[in-house]
Amino acid sequence: MGASQTRLEHNYDDLTEKSGFSHEQIKNLYQRFQQLSGNNEKISRDDLERIPALNNNPIRKQIITAFFDKRNQHQNDVGSLDEIGFEQFLMVMSHFRPVNSKATEEEKATVRKQKLRFLFNMHDTDNDGIITLDEYRTVVEELLSQSGAIETEVARAIADAAMLEVASTNVPHMAPDDFYEGITFEHFEQILKGIEMESRMHIRFLDKNAATMRCGKLSS
Amino acid sequence: SSSSSGLSSSSNSSSGGRSFRPAENGLLCLSFLVFFSRGFASHDVVSEKSSGTIQEDSHSQANSTAHKKTFPVLSFNYEHVRTPFEISLWILLALFMKLGFHIIPTVSHIVPESCLLIFVGLLVGGIIKATGEQPPVLDSNLFFLYLLPPIILDAGYFLPMRSFTENIGTILMFAVVGTLWNVFFIGGMMYAVCQIDAAELAHVDLLSCLLFGSIISAVDPVSVLAVFEEIHINELLHILVFGESLLNDAVTVVLYHLFKEFAHEQTITVTGAILGVISFFVVSLGGVMVGVIYGIVGAFTSRFTSYSRVIEPLFVFLYSYMAYLSAEIFHLSGIMSLIACGVIMRPYVEANISHKSYTTVKYFLKMWSSVSDTLIFIFLGVSTVAGPHTWNWIFVIFTVIFCLVSRVLGVIGLTAFINKFRIVKLTKKDQFIIAYGGLRGAIAFSLGFLLDNDEIKNLFLTAIITVIFFTVFVQGMTIRPLVELLAVKKKKESKESINEEIHTQFLDHLLTGIEDICGHYGHHHWKDKLNRFNKTYVKRWLIAGERSTEPQLISFYNKMELKQAMMMVESGSAAKLPTIVPARTAFSISKSREEEIRRLLRANLQKTRQRLRSYSRYELLNDPLEDNISEARFRKQREMERRMSHYLTVPANRQETPPVRKVFFQPEHKVYTYDDSESPRGRASPSCADDVSELKETPEKPDQSSTPRANRDAELKPKEQDDQGDQLKVSRCLSDPGPNPEDDEDSTFLP
Repeated sequence: MGASQTRLEHNYDDLTEKSGFSHEQIKNLYQRFQQLSGNNEKISRDDLERIPALNNNPIRKQIITAFFDKRNQHQNDVGSLDEIGFEQFLMVMSHFRPVNSKATEEEKATVRKQKLRFLFNMHDTDNDGIITLDEYRTVVEELLSQSGAIETEVARAIADAAMLEVASTNVPHMAPDDFYEGITFEHFEQILKGIEMESRMHIRFLDKNAATMRCGKLSS
Repeated sequence: SSSSSGLSSSSNSSSGGRSFRPAENGLLCLSFLVFFSRGFASHDVVSEKSSGTIQEDSHSQANSTAHKKTFPVLSFNYEHVRTPFEISLWILLALFMKLGFHIIPTVSHIVPESCLLIFVGLLVGGIIKATGEQPPVLDSNLFFLYLLPPIILDAGYFLPMRSFTENIGTILMFAVVGTLWNVFFIGGMMYAVCQIDAAELAHVDLLSCLLFGSIISAVDPVSVLAVFEEIHINELLHILVFGESLLNDAVTVVLYHLFKEFAHEQTITVTGAILGVISFFVVSLGGVMVGVIYGIVGAFTSRFTSYSRVIEPLFVFLYSYMAYLSAEIFHLSGIMSLIACGVIMRPYVEANISHKSYTTVKYFLKMWSSVSDTLIFIFLGVSTVAGPHTWNWIFVIFTVIFCLVSRVLGVIGLTAFINKFRIVKLTKKDQFIIAYGGLRGAIAFSLGFLLDNDEIKNLFLTAIITVIFFTVFVQGMTIRPLVELLAVKKKKESKESINEEIHTQFLDHLLTGIEDICGHYGHHHWKDKLNRFNKTYVKRWLIAGERSTEPQLISFYNKMELKQAMMMVESGSAAKLPTIVPARTAFSISKSREEEIRRLLRANLQKTRQRLRSYSRYELLNDPLEDNISEARFRKQREMERRMSHYLTVPANRQETPPVRKVFFQPEHKVYTYDDSESPRGRASPSCADDVSELKETPEKPDQSSTPRANRDAELKPKEQDDQGDQLKVSRCLSDPGPNPEDDEDSTFLP
């Protein structure tokens, strides 16, 4: 424990540079990491699934998978990991940092793209670069999964309508023989440009200037 | 509370014997009627009012009745209809003015409607005065009890909850701290001004100045709504200024009463001040609580209104109005009560009432608030001409200056503080708009009018009217060019997108999940908890039938479908009207043909209906709505046919066609492009399902039908028509033949 602690201190600057968190935030997140992993060096899926508050979340599977998805590590890698270390944990968390209000427009656009990419990866489970109708249907079904027995037809209808909307907005003049394969990342960006991702998709306390930052204890 | 106190003081000062008892159930209607008629009749006592021509008539009537002996075949009795007649005349005047401004487009671009209405009021007041009569003054009871509630209810019912709750901290800061700052700054500075010998204002003491400050400081929701509505500013700024104008009512009420009490006793006590602070919390929270209670009762009532749909809208209005009145009984903040009632009631009521009732509620609210708003501004103009004025250059000018200065300072100071806690910071541009949008309006005038009659009152009233005029005219007129100049973000065209809705929910769950992983009980965690509480406990009690378990996404989707259906119907019927070539027989299809078409469509609808049945668990079980939905879908299809026939004969660049096309028309087309073998995809949009199958049944018809269309396409306007033409061809193939005015088309399609 002591050895890993000092090793961690060496890496603070490194981690700050990669993830953008401050030293104090990294320390707090490390504490949380320790709690989740039971003082091990790595977290497995079971560790995350044990969090009781997540049970009510309809998309918990996707969220947990996102942590183990290599694509979210900014390293152009694909596939999934079985366990993640603290650095990877931080990298995933960094997607939820609020954007600095003093950032320039390009920086904001980059951050926005990054967050959208995270969402896209969550939907695109087979990593072929497009969200197919089936994948989108899964998304809607999961969203509705907590609301009692929903007929799959309803979820399908919604997913289909959504898909049509993307198609009609992005490719307005399709010839009769064309086939809309799926939502590419550009289309995804286009359809969600109404939601200001850079300001919506963040966790408040991960703000660099937050007055206090506390990670709660894992209650079991 | 303002109005109740207004009642007491105005009954002392103006109408002599009139008094108002708190409404009890049996007496409510009675007192309402009596009061309403007396409200206008009070003008007689305040200032004798009758318009010139009417005066003559009543005289002649008096003369004529004196002589009558034989049975009167035709008689004239104006007196007994006088009050409702005059009320109707005033409202008609207001409506004609409103109509006039919209008919003459050039003026309304430069000058906001409120200015024009005040101007009209000035004119009317001038005319009345010129004929020798005393023009009516905006009676405070009338204002607080009848004119103000519809506007507030309309605003509160349609308050965008998401942006309101996201910015609630900022809004409260501006409303409470900002108003307090304004009151003390203006009051203090005006007292200092009054000390100047040249002003001859030495008789105005500190307490009166503070009272004056409390009247003039509050940003007025009516004016803000009137001006901001026309400039279409982005939602954040709109909700900040508007939210502030709503929530500062509590502060205004408390301070007004506080200083009035102190002014009577001429002393300020510490206990008084402490009681004032306590009173603030009581007034605001009490008001909210009253509203919440009425809201819940209203939501619960709406659960049973399926037995009598026609009266549903009335419940919404009455519960809200009673929430307002009940709060006023206890001198609590009526505005906050009204807002709370509307906000609480809305989600449950909307799930329960029929679509028609929802439309009725929406339109009645808009109608009443529009009329109220117009009347208020006209009366402001008339009252300006009427009232006794004490014009004191120094007082008035300094008031205006200090109002502006204190607003600017207040906004800048508060923003510097608030920005520390905000993620989306307020920029300088935002601050400017917030400061500039601090308009004063009729509430200030009515509060001033309630002061005790003395010399100071007239002085204050004059200053108040000047400030109102300044803000509404100068600020109201210049805010639009300034918004353009500063390139402030405008309101996004809200295109309801199912993708955005899906992802909004997805994001909510995602962020809640991340917060849980971090173990941080933040914003999202509590919101999620509230939602779950709402779903498991509250909805079961307040929403009728199966709708209580309907997830939000599905209700959104259904709503959207319904809206599209309605839009189709409306655009279809609207498309009928203006450009119908007179030669065409305007859809006078013979009955038999229509019946045939209907039969065909109905046969297709069987499939749709089956689908609907699988939906029925998530929609109202009650028949009317289901009928409406299937009716709407039926009409949707039919109108689509009608509209498409229009494409062939009507120029392309008309307003309503593109949006509908984008939303609905194109998807129809796109469905066809999916691989037919996969049936789920082929049935992607419910009503299209039938179209595709229809196509399969009539393979040769498309060729027949497409050729005449192709010919016609060539004749029409080239540019946009080509795209439409191609798509039309395919969609024509897709869909059923609609009722079509061209006879030859009918004959080719129908058996």
